[in-house]
Amino acid sequence: MAGNGTNAVRRRLKRCRWLWPVMAGAVVAWPGWVGSEPPEPPPFSPRSGYEFARPETRAIQDDEFANPGLFWIERGAELWTVSVGDGERSCHSCHGAATAMAGVAATYPKIDEVTGRLVNLEQRINLCRTRHMDVQPYLPESDPLLSLSTYVTRQSAGEPLRVRIDGPARAWFERGRELYRERVGQMNVACTQCHDQRVGHRLRAERISQGQINGFPAYLLRWGTVSSAHRRFQFCNEQARAEPLPIGSDDYNALQLYVAWRGTGLLVEAPAVRR
Amino acid sequence: MRMVLAVWLPAVVTLAAAAPSTAGSDPIAIYQIVGDAIPAPLDDLDGDPARGRAIVAGRKGNCLACHQAPIPEEPFHGNLGPPLDGIGSRASAGALRLRLVAPRTLNPDTVMPAFHQVEGLRRVLAPHRGSPILTAQEIEDVIAYLVTLR
Ligand code: HEC
Ligand code: HEC
Repeated sequence: MAGNGTNAVRRRLKRCRWLWPVMAGAVVAWPGWVGSEPPEPPPFSPRSGYEFARPETRAIQDDEFANPGLFWIERGAELWTVSVGDGERSCHSCHGAATAMAGVAATYPKIDEVTGRLVNLEQRINLCRTRHMDVQPYLPESDPLLSLSTYVTRQSAGEPLRVRIDGPARAWFERGRELYRERVGQMNVACTQCHDQRVGHRLRAERISQGQINGFPAYLLRWGTVSSAHRRFQFCNEQARAEPLPIGSDDYNALQLYVAWRGTGLLVEAPAVRR
Repeated sequence: MRMVLAVWLPAVVTLAAAAPSTAGSDPIAIYQIVGDAIPAPLDDLDGDPARGRAIVAGRKGNCLACHQAPIPEEPFHGNLGPPLDGIGSRASAGALRLRLVAPRTLNPDTVMPAFHQVEGLRRVLAPHRGSPILTAQEIEDVIAYLVTLR
């Protein structure tokens, strides 16, 4: 705990340094978002995918011993304290106990103050590696990255989703909403057609949920692994025979922001289990 | 409301020498919408009901993803669209053809895919790009099956 105070001060100073470009960015972005309409609320009150899941699936999620997502949390907890790079730094050496991350995951994706761009939790973890630990970023969807993001998300379990869509995030939000409504693929369908307009209907054996991401990263039974929200977006795209976008792409981040906003107030589930 | 719409999709005239891979054939048949139907069989083809049933039941048409149909050996039928039981007594072959080929002329917001279309689609997965979900022959096979559902 001793180093925490100085670290906090250093962080705050750093943040001030970055405030200038951020403020400049805000001024540039000003006419774009200040005048625009507040987004219309989602067409219904949000409901977690948990409510749509089969009883067997829910039972696995509810059982703290059977839930396979806990392995990712265990590995994440180990990685939290592993020192790497020339500076011999770990997540713990900057942030202290992981409980310091309480509530954080519920606010992602979020604008990175350094670049002014939207990043999701996995990317934020990789930014810590490249900026503060002098090591390579983890590969997208790799086991250590998902372990850490699941572990950090675990610290927000039970907290309501609350992403910000004002300021520089607004343009990303608008892009995400556009993507959510864009018909793609050989099937020529948009997210909204299934997850707003056909909720509760069956596609083969699957009951269509609202497509919420309060459970992501989630353990997917079909793949036997934890999966990021972006990987799930890819799967829905592939099912519609649409080219998936890259994991970590700006467009999927924008879509993730919109989908997270649609789920505002849903409680974070970590580790969630889905089919 | 009845309207007459003539839709002429441009035939791709390919010289076999210039593009041997496409073998000089347009994957999309030319068709004409009359009222709420496409009265003439695509490319004047005859459909085969047994082949049509296999397309409806299998992954090719994947109709059961969204529709209930009297195909008991397949366990899971979706319900995004109306059941297909009895469709043959509710709709003519021409009306079924329009619903398979260009369902958005009837309902622009439908989730029912256009099974015989390649234009106007975005980000189509590479292996499927440029080919319709069902060929003209397969469309006629599916219709031949659907009209038997009475
Ligand atoms: C043709 C229908 C269809 C379309 C289009 C579609 N999805 Fe899905 N989606 C499903 C089905 C079926 C599932 C699995 C059951 C469920 O959880 O809803 C699913 C699951 C999901 C889930 C997981 C929800 C959970 O709690 O586990 C998310 C997130 C999601 N979709 C987002 C999207 C997004 C974003 C798009 C657009 C890029 C999209 N979907 C397009 C049918 C669709
Ligand atoms: C992704 C979902 C989906 C798939 C796949 C699908 N349909 Fe449909 N279909 C619908 C919906 C929804 C409707 C309701 C009408 C509308 O939305 O315009 C419909 C309507 C129809 C109708 C008109 C029914 C009536 O009572 O008027 C027929 C016939 C039909 N579909 C046949 C098929 C066949 C045959 C296949 C496969 C080759 C198929 N559909 C695949 C969703 C689908």
